Amino acid sequence: MLNSRIPAGPLEDKWTNYKNKAKLINPANRRRYKIIVVGTGLAGASSAASFAELGFNVEVFTFHDSARRAHSVAAQGGVNAAKDYQNDGDSVWRMFYDTLKGGDFRAREANVYRLAECSMELIDQAVAQGVPFAREYSGYLSNRSFGGVQVSRTFYARGQTGQQLLLGAYQALMRQNAQDNLTLHTRHEMLDVITIDGKVKGITVRNLDTGDITSHACDALVIASGGYGKIYYLSTLAMNCNATAIWRAHAKGALMAAPSWTQFHPTSLPQLGDHQSKLTLMSESLRNDGRIWVPKKAKDTRNPNEIPENERDYYLERRYPAFGNLAPRDISSRAAKERIDAGCGVGPMKNAVYLDFKHAVERLGKEVIAQRYGNLFTMYQKITGMDAYQEPMMIAPAAHFSMGGLWVDYRLMSNLHGLFVLGEANFSDHGANRLGANSLLQACVDGYFIAPRTVMDFLAEETPEALNASDSFEQAAKASKDEVEKKLNALLNIKGTTTAEEFHKQLGRILYTKCGLSRNGKDMAAAKSELLELQQTFYKDLLVPGTEKDINFELEKAFRVADYLEMALLIVEDALQRQESCGAHFREEYQTPDGEALRNDNDFCYVSAWEYLGNNKYQLHKEHLNFEFVELQTRSYK
Amino acid sequence: MKLTLHIWRQTGNKDKGTFETHHLDDLAPDMSVPEMLDHLNIQIIKSGGDPVAFESDCREGICGQCGFVINGHIHSPESHTTTCQTHLRSFKDGETLHIEPFRAKAFPIKKDLMIDRSAFDRIIESGGYIGVNTGQANEANSTLINHDLAEKAFDAAACIGCGACVATCKNASAMLFTSAKVNHLSMLPQGAPEAAQRVKNMIVQMDAEGFGSCTFTGACEVVCPQSISVFNITEMNGRWLWG
Repeated sequence: MLNSRIPAGPLEDKWTNYKNKAKLINPANRRRYKIIVVGTGLAGASSAASFAELGFNVEVFTFHDSARRAHSVAAQGGVNAAKDYQNDGDSVWRMFYDTLKGGDFRAREANVYRLAECSMELIDQAVAQGVPFAREYSGYLSNRSFGGVQVSRTFYARGQTGQQLLLGAYQALMRQNAQDNLTLHTRHEMLDVITIDGKVKGITVRNLDTGDITSHACDALVIASGGYGKIYYLSTLAMNCNATAIWRAHAKGALMAAPSWTQFHPTSLPQLGDHQSKLTLMSESLRNDGRIWVPKKAKDTRNPNEIPENERDYYLERRYPAFGNLAPRDISSRAAKERIDAGCGVGPMKNAVYLDFKHAVERLGKEVIAQRYGNLFTMYQKITGMDAYQEPMMIAPAAHFSMGGLWVDYRLMSNLHGLFVLGEANFSDHGANRLGANSLLQACVDGYFIAPRTVMDFLAEETPEALNASDSFEQAAKASKDEVEKKLNALLNIKGTTTAEEFHKQLGRILYTKCGLSRNGKDMAAAKSELLELQQTFYKDLLVPGTEKDINFELEKAFRVADYLEMALLIVEDALQRQESCGAHFREEYQTPDGEALRNDNDFCYVSAWEYLGNNKYQLHKEHLNFEFVELQTRSYK
Repeated sequence: MKLTLHIWRQTGNKDKGTFETHHLDDLAPDMSVPEMLDHLNIQIIKSGGDPVAFESDCREGICGQCGFVINGHIHSPESHTTTCQTHLRSFKDGETLHIEPFRAKAFPIKKDLMIDRSAFDRIIESGGYIGVNTGQANEANSTLINHDLAEKAFDAAACIGCGACVATCKNASAMLFTSAKVNHLSMLPQGAPEAAQRVKNMIVQMDAEGFGSCTFTGACEVVCPQSISVFNITEMNGRWLWG
């Protein structure tokens, strides 16, 4: 039933073949088609700007007060591209292979190849927009390395690469907003997808300043609402990141793929206490020069600078000599957890490991380190009050990126006719583990280069009708608005004693401990009943102050937590059915004698895609992954 | 630790607004200021009140959404620090804090500590971009940009759009914000063709939004979380005068 619509031909020709055959719409006719874009991060802003440049009629929605606030802004380290500027053996094929292997062979070959293929064009586009990437003294672009690769293919703008790329996309969006064919609505949150006869025809949104609920018609809907890692409550994500847009689409029939694949980033700051609302990420780029270690002896309470070299365990260098401190994220996070669980963790809660720059400062001098990572060291000092030039940083794994998301075919269209899903909101390119600096890349490539082709190809077969709203749309829109109002009022009327935030914290604790960095069948069965109980309590004891017709942050949170509670159950369901370990999904029952992930290609070489049946019931569909061009191999970084 | 908060409450732009007093116990020195407000809000909600409306998203000092005035300090008593990156260890146990929104005519108050900074978006819309469509770009390394110039462009481009520069200025001028974007784009070869129009259009929009004039006190640079230099303002004035 799932058709991934991968074009025929050799791997390196597939995207070209697709583009050559994609249908076009005459420039004069494009304005008759209306495209709605939800989200203004890299994927949303870049696609919306590109659609408007082509002449389509575009309406954009974000819950932020400005498009520039989207969470892409927080990505630090960089963006990958197979330019091979360093003459170090990089190529599109190698980048494709690194990404596929990094994802533990649980992604589609054709999608991953296209990501690598379009990477070069993205760097060109970003430079043209004025993104101030790091440069050599000669004026050429500079590169650095990220985890899971042996070449230097990462382009960066100090520790603020996401911010700079997002500002490029935001400025392109604002440039179009000044013209007639694009309208940007800030402070509007999508709360429902409107479908007619199984086709997506519009969305219902709430104006977060006034509480007004309105419906908007479209001929194609693009959801680029980001990831759902915040479901774990303590995560590296921004406070308002949520799954509501994708979950509402899921409830209307869009399949949710591999929801249990969440990446835990190895270089976050550790949790310091119960009051904490989020964990702050320190860029993976720090692992280029920092060395990760813990004391060899468990429960060592000495100051790190007093621990001599021979009593330090540089466990990544020890276990993975070929990649050392640049082992991929899933492997690095698990190795840290292994040492922390063995009692060698450091810091006040014994939940961290050291990231040490002593050797790098000796080798390169403080000035060079400051130039490379200065803002990260400053940020570390602001948050912890400690000086990382003097003593090692303390870091720990934290929920970060969702590889899972809405299922899409090669065109990035969901099984729901007319719904496209871009960036972190879809599942497509990273398999079971994403490599560093591929997230900004995927969001940009989806938005600038893929969606403009595939959405036009799709629309060329459709009759434009959104601009002349029909009676059937008005009817469907009314039903949708009524349903949204009903749900909001239901949340307001519970009038219990526990806030949405408090429920979210409890939810996060269950998921972290029972379906986090590692999972097992027994814990997950317990998690399931705890989650069901929490969901029941939520609908009996939720406390939301205020009204629907006002600025009401508590109501916004409650709606999102209600969706998170449903999603958490599917995450556990998905992790339970996958009886193998792959990438970030580590089932304790399935590991090699030396503690590495044990994949089962015979039974689990598929992407799970779940259909929503209501009442916490889901139907599993499988998209089998066919590897035509590479051989499946056991992933090794030793 | 304990703190007494006098916190600004205002139902909307037409309302006059006033300070409301709250006493907080059980605070930890490692809490950030927004985390303290989360704590306060739970307390208010549970006693049947209306929680304080405030915005804060990334809590890493990069999204630019937060920003309050704390005891007269824009963002924070710490220098070059956003409100979300300010922790309670910056205050003394038992201290009293006055917390208010950023105030400027061009940033109307929406509710409590929330302000409307859409004027900044309209300044960007008026010319804060390089007019390149998707697909038009040439090969990235075909434009060589000297290392120091790239670093200088980055320094200007680092602006997070929080509005602290406006809030601290006695004239509520947006010259630091506007000049940072004008210079970031116009000093790069890619942005040079539109430089003359860009500076003109953005300054016209800045004035139309009701921001005040710059008298070059340098207060903006002092509070800027990204330490954006006031020299951007002189450089922009040069571009305005001599193109």
